[in-house]
Amino acid sequence: MKTIYLDNNATTRVAPEVVEKMVPYFSEYYGNPSSMHTFGGMVGKQIMEAREKVAELINADPGEIIFTSCGTESDSTAIHAAIQSNPKKRHIITTRVEHPAVKNLCEHLAKTGYRVSWVPVDREGRLDTDYLSQRMTEDTAIVSIMWANNETGVMFPVEEIARMAAEKGIAFHTDAVQAVGKVPVDVKKTDINMLALSGHKFHGPKGVGVLYVKKGTKFAPFLIGGHQEKGRRGGTENVASIIGIGKAAELAGKDLAGGEMDRVRALRDRLEAEILEKIPNTLLNGSRENRLPNTLSVSFEYVEGESILLMLDQLGVCASSGSACTSGTLEPSHVLRALGVPFTAAHGSIRFSLSTYTTPEEIETLAAELPPLIRKLRDMSPFWKKEASCSTQ
Amino acid sequence: MWEYTDKVRDHFLNPRNVGEIEKPDGVGEVGSMACGDALKLMFTVDENERIADVKFQTFGCASAIASSSALTEMIMGKTVGEAEKITNDDIAAYLGGLPKEKMHCSVMGKDALKKAILHYRGLEEPDIDGDVVCECFGVTDKAIEASVRDNKLQYVEEVTNYIKAGGGCGQCHDAIREIVERVYKKAEAAPEPKKKMTNIEKIKLIEETLEREIKPALEKDGGSIELVDVDGAAVYVKLIGTCATCAASELTLKNYVEEKLREFVSPDLVVEEVRQ
Repeated sequence: MKTIYLDNNATTRVAPEVVEKMVPYFSEYYGNPSSMHTFGGMVGKQIMEAREKVAELINADPGEIIFTSCGTESDSTAIHAAIQSNPKKRHIITTRVEHPAVKNLCEHLAKTGYRVSWVPVDREGRLDTDYLSQRMTEDTAIVSIMWANNETGVMFPVEEIARMAAEKGIAFHTDAVQAVGKVPVDVKKTDINMLALSGHKFHGPKGVGVLYVKKGTKFAPFLIGGHQEKGRRGGTENVASIIGIGKAAELAGKDLAGGEMDRVRALRDRLEAEILEKIPNTLLNGSRENRLPNTLSVSFEYVEGESILLMLDQLGVCASSGSACTSGTLEPSHVLRALGVPFTAAHGSIRFSLSTYTTPEEIETLAAELPPLIRKLRDMSPFWKKEASCSTQ
Repeated sequence: MWEYTDKVRDHFLNPRNVGEIEKPDGVGEVGSMACGDALKLMFTVDENERIADVKFQTFGCASAIASSSALTEMIMGKTVGEAEKITNDDIAAYLGGLPKEKMHCSVMGKDALKKAILHYRGLEEPDIDGDVVCECFGVTDKAIEASVRDNKLQYVEEVTNYIKAGGGCGQCHDAIREIVERVYKKAEAAPEPKKKMTNIEKIKLIEETLEREIKPALEKDGGSIELVDVDGAAVYVKLIGTCATCAASELTLKNYVEEKLREFVSPDLVVEEVRQ
């Protein structure tokens, strides 16, 4: 059975070019990039090159790039750096729909005495920027707002918010893990102080992330140790993965410039149209306009997400769900609840996330297989009334 | 990804007995869309009280669907009395086990069956009142207590796995922990402070214990018990319904009623039956 991989917001296929570039650094080029000898120094040079490529992807200076172990470490470093550099400020602003990397950290900080303002979103997942601007005070240490939501793909106006924060002298951080590689990101022209990204979300390897820190931003390291990353992140470099993320950044830049993401968007739009047309009682989660080109979150009423996923799994289709049963808790995702998606629909939510590797044939196969699958589950559901389907068809 | 057994996968992908029965003799509905799973179980019986047909409709995850399907297979052809004895553990075992986080799916099956049998017998479901502890899933302290006792649960996580309480915002975790402690503390240290009870206190406590600990169990078998008198350490009770004619009533009294009263009221009590 062929795998149809539509879970690219979870992780992506490592590009073969990336793997090829990485392999020698697991074997023959094992030197420590900090060493004085040529054998290690040569590796250091490769890391420098990777830094330049990542910088280029987001239009930063190479000196503003810090390599970390993952997106979560980048987020944690940014938020801790801001609160440590502003010890008297005890207030944090973030949103209700952040990834756990930011959400759970802020909840943790709230328990240790920080005040956290959670900015709400509307039914389409758009941020309440008035609420946000009203909460910015002299006590605010950092505003942390994701660039794009991992579940719905909805993008926030981070550039505008960064400007608002800068005007009030507040540090601004964005978790751009889902955005980088999918949409153009240009930090130079914005007031973004810190930006987190992750290699495995754009065909790089797992276990490597980046924190961009704008020149002049007050910073304090999270991992204190050696002089690596100019003392901003201790620890011997994850050499192969850093070289891998460099290559992935180069490829992502090319794909963006070459219009590959427009092709992905067209496929996503086709899948969306087919699903909404062929399957009654299906809702789109999140705004249609301000959305990542690869993400589609839909809710099938009266059925439960895990069941859908397991049936899709039988067909080789990989997707994910915001339903309770898949999240490991008993409640549907905090993102869908923040949007006000009714429980009747939140439990039946499915996220399809495409990539440049997605083919039109895969989308066609899914569009054909999905309607009978949902029908089978609905026929089993005590809430599915035949008349409900008639009235909306 | 959940580790499901082949049997769970089979019952999920090829569910048995899906659908509705036009004129069922017993119907039990549990759960809701808000909770994330729900089950409607229907059956008919033949003249010998054997389950002749059974159907289900389930909204929920794979293990909820598989548990429902398994349950229908398990009770088909059984007498209502036999079916009634099926526990949630039996359902899980029939499927070769469920992930522990999914035990509530088997509990849902058992609860729907219980409701359907009550409906068949024309009985009302006994009110599980008490105070709501878990606001997210509307679970009361009484329900948590019963589940902790019945399934010998020790931790909040287990309570969540079995009846969902504490699976939402998590604000009730301390309250659940207290209930768990209370259940075991009660079992351990109950007799201690009872020494200086007045007669009235003792009678009240006996009545409470009968209501809470003993009657529900006897009622399962169609019987009941009534307190007639208390004289010192002697407790006079009357057995009612099937218990009154049951050959094992002596055993029930000594092994069950007396044991419970000794545990919860006073260790020196002796139970005597008053015959009509």
